[in-house]
Amino acid sequence: MENVRTRDRVNKIIMYAILVIMAFIMLVPFVWMILTAVKTNQEAISVSPFYIFPQSGWHWENFAKVWQSYNFIILYKNTLLMIFFRVVCACLTATMAGYAFGRLNFRGKKVMFSLVLIQMMIPSQIFIIPQYLMVSKMGLLNTVSGLVFPGIVTAFGTYLLKTGYQGLPKDLEEAASIDGCNIGQRFLRIMMPLTRSSMVSLGIFTALFAFKDLMWPMIVCTRAETTTLSAGLAKMQGQYGSDYPTMMASAVLAIIPMIVIYIIFQKQFVEGIATSGGKL
Amino acid sequence: MKKQLSAAAKNESRWAWAFIAPTMLGLIVLNFYPAINTVYQSFCKTGDFGRGNVFIGVQNYIEAFGASETWHSIWNTIKYALIEVPFGVCIALILAVFLNKKLKGTSAFRTIFFLPMVCAPAAVAMVWKWLYNQQFGLLNNIFHTKIAWISDPKIAWISIGVIGVWSVIGYNMVLFISGLQEIPGDYYEAAEIDGATGIRQFFHITVPLLSPTTFFIVQTRVIGALTVFDLMFMVMDKTNVALQNTQSIVYLFYTYAFTNGDKGYGATLVVILVAFIMLVTVIMQRAEKKFVFYS
Repeated sequence: MENVRTRDRVNKIIMYAILVIMAFIMLVPFVWMILTAVKTNQEAISVSPFYIFPQSGWHWENFAKVWQSYNFIILYKNTLLMIFFRVVCACLTATMAGYAFGRLNFRGKKVMFSLVLIQMMIPSQIFIIPQYLMVSKMGLLNTVSGLVFPGIVTAFGTYLLKTGYQGLPKDLEEAASIDGCNIGQRFLRIMMPLTRSSMVSLGIFTALFAFKDLMWPMIVCTRAETTTLSAGLAKMQGQYGSDYPTMMASAVLAIIPMIVIYIIFQKQFVEGIATSGGKL
Repeated sequence: MKKQLSAAAKNESRWAWAFIAPTMLGLIVLNFYPAINTVYQSFCKTGDFGRGNVFIGVQNYIEAFGASETWHSIWNTIKYALIEVPFGVCIALILAVFLNKKLKGTSAFRTIFFLPMVCAPAAVAMVWKWLYNQQFGLLNNIFHTKIAWISDPKIAWISIGVIGVWSVIGYNMVLFISGLQEIPGDYYEAAEIDGATGIRQFFHITVPLLSPTTFFIVQTRVIGALTVFDLMFMVMDKTNVALQNTQSIVYLFYTYAFTNGDKGYGATLVVILVAFIMLVTVIMQRAEKKFVFYS
């Protein structure tokens, strides 16, 4: 018995050691990003001696400088608007379609749903050239509408919500139907509120996907004042790649809002990813 | 009675079609038409200044398969996947098993490991590029080395793979944890009574019972890795000497279709990529029947 207890304790110590080392590795890039952001450029590119910490005080004003000189407020605004409209559109269309596929019977259901599944299997890169040409023809290059365009509907979200609706008990709807509610009322008043957790998952997934996307905003919003945080960073790197504190300060500014949101809504984030399992 | 029923069915059908109409319309306009159009364009030469496409048959494909750059990029993409998927999955699995053990502080560890998932890859790649910097970077200065992490063709692909692993561990881990929580505790209790050690429990209970989750993760990660773009684009400059040996096929597609404006040839590359991914998917579906254990 004594042996087992020591064995358990040794196991625990090994596990903690591995976890701590891994956590350290995961955090190094973040820490280094912040430490570089608050240095002067001379300190950042000094090799002998090599500085881990800033020497002439922590230059938090670097953030303010970057904020102003690169018009971060516009990048934030564009990103936020894109995320907002994509989430609203995706949730709205997917919850309607998900309800129909999950709870209603109609001719052509199988064929239509197989189209949804097929879309999920096709890599999205194949859609990009024609999507770009459409946006360009409609004169939506360098607009928020252009950014939102490919995310108006979602096959993945439809599938997710369909699963959510299928999991609800049957008698709820039957009771409402006897009370004289039509299908629209049943959907709006009874069923939709019950799929809140699936909707939250889809919302988080959509927001993260839009936030992280790089190629689409780079293609449709080439002007610095119309683009998103991701694509804006790519632009900055191209122009000011050797001013390291500036680069790191802008990287911090680009990721900080999502990190704050993540830390506040951690449970929803983790559950959302775990239950939806979408490909990010 | 029969008439009434069919009226109800008709009514239901009408509602259903109204509900799916926006999604189906959107999928056709935004996805199905573009997919077909891309395939068509892959047989075309893009006219200058929007003068439309000229049909040239399989010319683009002959050119693409004849270019060593195409084969290089396919091989580079596979190499990237060979690092990101196995390491990303194995490390995540180990971490998930530890975090499932109800140790103290697990939620803090989970928060940290998941952090890269909520960061824009553009920012992540920028930081790693700075860490890898040959002259001023943290890695070379801490270890007193002079390694050209991202411009030496021999190791640049590994360096990029490492960024991929770092980025994806948290996502895989979260999926593993939710898979682990579905394994009934009795299995472990029984094994404990039989005197099986932790490592034996891991290989004889956890691994087989977790195989559906593992398969799902591997499948999504393989497809994700084969379409890698952001990291490569941000880390590898156009002038980097290791570009030929690291650029992925999506990177090559982006260069042709949008930097050089040759949509026809870009479409060809993307069709080749999709065909390749479809092939890999079919192979994985076959493997699923063989290796995955569904209780």
